[in-house]
Amino acid sequence: MNPTDTSTTTTSDPVLEVRNLSVDYGFGDDPTHVLREVSLTLNRGEVLGLAGESGCGKSTLAYAATRLLPPPGLITGGEVWLTGRDGKRADLLALSDADLRAARWRDIAIVFQGAMSSLNPVFRVEKQLIDGIAAHRPGMRRDEARERAAELLRLVGISADRLRSYPHQLSGGMRQRVMIAMALALEPQVLIMDEPTTALDVVMQRQILEQVMELRERLGFSVVLITHDVSLLVEVADRIAVMYAGEIVETAAARDVYARPRHPYSAGLLGSFPPLHGPRRELVGIPGAPPDLSKRPPGCPFAPRCTHAMDVCRVELPSLGPTAQDEPGRLVACHLHSGAPVGAELPDLVAR
Amino acid sequence: MRFLLRRVLFYALTAWAAITINFFIPRLLPGDPVTALMGRMQGRIDSQAEHSLRVLFGLDQDTSMGQQYVEYWGLLLRGDLGLSFTHFPTPVADIVNQSLPWTVGLVGVATIIAFVIGSLVGTFLGWRRGTWADGLLPVATFFQAVPYFWLGLITIAVLSVNLGWFPSSGSYDRGLVPEFTGEFIGSVIYYGFLPALTVVLSSVAGWVLGMRNMMVTVSSEDYVTVAHAKGLAERQVILGYAARNAVLPQVSSFALSLGFVVGGTLIMEMVFSYQGIGYALYQAVSTHDYPLMQGCFLVITLSVLVANMVADLAYALLDPRTRTEDR
Repeated sequence: MNPTDTSTTTTSDPVLEVRNLSVDYGFGDDPTHVLREVSLTLNRGEVLGLAGESGCGKSTLAYAATRLLPPPGLITGGEVWLTGRDGKRADLLALSDADLRAARWRDIAIVFQGAMSSLNPVFRVEKQLIDGIAAHRPGMRRDEARERAAELLRLVGISADRLRSYPHQLSGGMRQRVMIAMALALEPQVLIMDEPTTALDVVMQRQILEQVMELRERLGFSVVLITHDVSLLVEVADRIAVMYAGEIVETAAARDVYARPRHPYSAGLLGSFPPLHGPRRELVGIPGAPPDLSKRPPGCPFAPRCTHAMDVCRVELPSLGPTAQDEPGRLVACHLHSGAPVGAELPDLVAR
Repeated sequence: MRFLLRRVLFYALTAWAAITINFFIPRLLPGDPVTALMGRMQGRIDSQAEHSLRVLFGLDQDTSMGQQYVEYWGLLLRGDLGLSFTHFPTPVADIVNQSLPWTVGLVGVATIIAFVIGSLVGTFLGWRRGTWADGLLPVATFFQAVPYFWLGLITIAVLSVNLGWFPSSGSYDRGLVPEFTGEFIGSVIYYGFLPALTVVLSSVAGWVLGMRNMMVTVSSEDYVTVAHAKGLAERQVILGYAARNAVLPQVSSFALSLGFVVGGTLIMEMVFSYQGIGYALYQAVSTHDYPLMQGCFLVITLSVLVANMVADLAYALLDPRTRTEDR
């Protein structure tokens, strides 16, 4: 919790780069802008946390970046650059269907929210592990694939005889482990985890996340972890991006966000969870509700709920830029930072 | 194993209840076969003969219902369904044996064709939802709503009477001897085409709509998204993940509809004068032919039960979740 340097952030070696990604929901003349020019970089070996309330566009970002967005979602602009194992960079949004299929799971794998519903109930775990492998390695022999599947299960701490189980014979925690094993089947470079532990109890959440982090050390993939639980992110993530109303409002090293949130919304999120260390404090939520994205007023979308709102906040949309203190590696979208003269006293955002 | 045993017990109980009801209902009908026969012959039978007819049909013995019921079971277990009154002295079992294959062959095949075509089209429509393919839905709804005997009359009027492409009634060319020759089988197919077309047209829409709606539901399941995310080929996702699960409720209603093949075609067989079990039943009812009626009902009931059992087994085979009931 002490102000430390931010050198822990890995050297700039982006493996996944989202540039100006915009997503609309609904066709016709008046679509809802759910993502507005979101840019995000995931460096090799990094755990990037994506935090925000429900409906802020976290999951949409994950789906859009992998082109899994179901209708009526529509990607209206942007690029998603993925660096393959061979060092070649490709824009996922511009790939042909065949190339995209090849890149999926091999380079970028996803673990979804619903541990319960992500496995097909009528197939054995074995078949579901193998068909992903077989789709990408057509030459692989059946017993080889089966051996690989067993190895994957052992990797996540499930005994190999569970291969013959059906999903309903596994507990929720086991199912999510199977999903993680499945996601790691082809040793992807990027693992996107969309609220992977929401359906599980707290003990299980911790176990599974610790396991993923351990596997990450061992196998060297990068993780995008999407959750609304900021205190969890502070523990496991290297960097955190805070989203609000379809935009990224703050990015910084995890410990910096925790110690010195620069956006009032980040501060509010942190105040909504019990602290991990130190004395107990009263939990303060964020007053009000997330804005209706279809009726977005001009100005900062957080202004109506913000205790620091100024006149400018209601008319002008702040853009993501350096903080008032000009700290390296930090970006924030807030008029407190853009408007204020450098070095001016900022209101204390964290009541601690 | 306990699951299987429980099912078997359940079906045995249902069969007993069905057979019992089957025994009593015809006996509760007003009128009796001898009076009906006399009425049909319009005085050509001497009223003196009435008594001998009663003796002949075994209606003279004053046995109680209970006694008859016990005897009925004894005969049934020996496969003896009695003699038909109207086709006296042909055994009912023979009539059933003769007419059942026609119904099962015609309607069974038509139902299977309708199911396969309907499910495939439904899969396609479900996968392509929100495109031009949705335009086919009103057509399907129309065919689902049309009663099939009306459809039968229309096909007869158009394809048989006006265009003369197909015969309007019968099940094969009467000039042929029923045997396993290409000519005879060709004739059976030719004569069966119109009734089969009617059955397919009137039932295919139901399969299309059912499958399409299940596909829409299943396609938004997480495991289908996961299948996409895994980079599986489109065809593998559609058939292996979406359709594989969407077809489950279809299969159980398919097995049930197979059960109604035997009983549900009465009107179709009347429209086409097709010599199936439905036609036999229709004749039996109009002539108060108790033994034939009971025989037909029995076959219909048992086929529904068997179909139910097949549905149960098929479901257990296709959906592992139903198998764990006995844990």
